[in-house]
Amino acid sequence: MSAGAELKRPKAPSKLKHYLTAAIVVLLLWGSSIQTDATLGELIEGFPNMFDLLREMFPPKWTYLDNIVGAMLDTIRMALIGTTLGAIMAIPVALLCAGNLMAQWWLRYPVRFVLNLIRTIPDLLLAAIFVAIFGLGPLPGIFALSIFALGLIAKLTYEALEGIDRGPLEAMTATGANGIQRIVFAVIPQISAHFMSFTLYTFEINVRAAAVLGLVGAGGIGHYYEITLGFLEYDKTSVIIIFTLSIVLLIDYASSKLRGKLL
Amino acid sequence: MMKSWSHMVQAPKKNRYRWLIYLALAAVYIWAFAGVPFTGFKETAVQITKAIMTGILAPDWDFVYLPEGEDLLRGLLETLAISILGTFISTLICIPFAFWAAVNMSGSKVVSGSGKMALSFVRAVPEIIMALMFIKAVGPGSFAGVLALGLHSIGMLGKLFADEIENMDKGPVEALVATGANRLQMLWFAVIPQVLPGFLSYTLYRFEINMRSATILGVIGAGGIGTPLIFALSTRNWDRVGIILLGIVVLITIIDILSGAIRKRLV
Repeated sequence: MSAGAELKRPKAPSKLKHYLTAAIVVLLLWGSSIQTDATLGELIEGFPNMFDLLREMFPPKWTYLDNIVGAMLDTIRMALIGTTLGAIMAIPVALLCAGNLMAQWWLRYPVRFVLNLIRTIPDLLLAAIFVAIFGLGPLPGIFALSIFALGLIAKLTYEALEGIDRGPLEAMTATGANGIQRIVFAVIPQISAHFMSFTLYTFEINVRAAAVLGLVGAGGIGHYYEITLGFLEYDKTSVIIIFTLSIVLLIDYASSKLRGKLL
Repeated sequence: MMKSWSHMVQAPKKNRYRWLIYLALAAVYIWAFAGVPFTGFKETAVQITKAIMTGILAPDWDFVYLPEGEDLLRGLLETLAISILGTFISTLICIPFAFWAAVNMSGSKVVSGSGKMALSFVRAVPEIIMALMFIKAVGPGSFAGVLALGLHSIGMLGKLFADEIENMDKGPVEALVATGANRLQMLWFAVIPQVLPGFLSYTLYRFEINMRSATILGVIGAGGIGTPLIFALSTRNWDRVGIILLGIVVLITIIDILSGAIRKRLV
C-alpha cells in the first residue's frame, strides 16, 4: 500500500498555453466584430432579404443565355491568353530562381523576392490598376491574369526544378555540354510534364478569376453581373451564375483529367 | 559469331496522331487571339504607369494615419478583421459539412458523395459574387464581406477537413468501441485529437487566402482597404494608390510569414 503512495502520478502537462491561445483568439474575434460592425441582429434582420433575393432568382430566365455566350467565350479567351503569356514569361524567371541551375545567389534572391511580392497582390486589384492604366476592355484583364500566372507558375516550376535528378546534368557536364545544351537535354525532359501540369492548373484558376474581372471593367462575363444586378433583374443574374459554374466545373474536370495523364 | 554491341539507339516512337494535337492547339490559339480586340493602348498609359511607379517610390505617407479616420491603418485593420471573422464563421459551419462529406464518418458512399458535391458547388461561386448578393441582403459595408468570405470558404475548408478525417488512423476509434464508448465519447477522445492539428493548419492556410480576398472586397463596396484604393484610382490620386498597394503588400507578407511559422509548428 505504501509503495503506491510513492509512485507519484505523472503531472498533466500545463494547460496555460492553450488557455492563452484561446484568450488571444477570443480577443481577436471580439475586436474584429467591433471593427466590422458585425452583429447577429443585423444578420437576422437581413435574412428575409436573402430569401427574397433567392426567390427572385428563380426560375432563371434562360433566354438571357443568348446574350452572355459571347462574353463567356471572351472570358475563356482572356484566361487562355493570360495563362499562356504568363507561362512563357515564367520559364526564364524559374530558371533564374532555381538554386541548382543558377549559382549566382545575388541574382536568385532578388528575383524570388519580386515573385513573392507579385503573389501577394490579388488579380482583381492588378486588373483594377491595369484598367486605370490601359483603359476599359479585355486587354488589362489579360495583363492582370498573365502577371498572376507568372507569379504562380514560376514559383511552382522553380521548386520542381530544384527537385530534379542531378544525374543527367552531371552526364551532360562530363561530355562537355554548354549551358544551353545542359538545359535542353538534361533539364527540359525532366520538367516539361510538370510545367504543363502547372500551366493547366493555373489556367483553371484563371478561368475562375477571369469570370469576375469584368466587375472592375477588365472584360469578360463579370460585367454582366453589374448590369443585371443594377437593374434588379435577379432571374438573369442566376442564369449568369449557373452558366459560369457549369463552364468552370467543365474546364476543371477536363483539365484535371489531362493533368492526371501528364504526370 | 561475335555479338556486335555497336548498333544505333532507336529514337522512341512518336505518336502518329501527335500532329493532330498540335493542329488543335494552334486552332485554339488562333481562335483566342482573333477574338481579342487589340486596339492599341491609351496614349496616357506610359504617363500613368510612371505616375503609379513614382507613387509607389514616393508614397503619400500622410495617408498612413489621419486623425479623422478613413486612413490606411484603419483600412488595413478592417481588412484583417473581415478575414478573421470570415475564417472563423466558415470554420464553425464547415465542420458538420466535413463529417457529412467524409466517407468513414457518414458511412455510405452516396451520402459522402452528395456532401462533396455540395461543397464543390459552394467553392465554385466566387466570393466577390457572394459579396454582391450579401450587399443586397445586409447593405454595403464590411459585414457583407465577412458573410461572403464565411460562406465561400466553407467549400474549400469543408473539403480539406473531410480529407483530413478520411486519412485518420482507425486504431483509436476501434479501441474506444472495444471499451464500450458511445459515439460522442468516440468523437471526443479518438477523432478530435487526431484531426485538430490538421484542422487548425488548414484554417490558418485559408486565413492567408482570405486576407487576399478581403483586400478586393472593397472594390464592390463590401468593406476593407479596397474601398479607398478604388476611390484613389478613380480620382487619379496615384501617390495614394502607391501607399495603399505598399500597405497591402506589407500586411499580406507579414500575415503569410506569421501564419506559415505557426503552421510549421502545428504539423
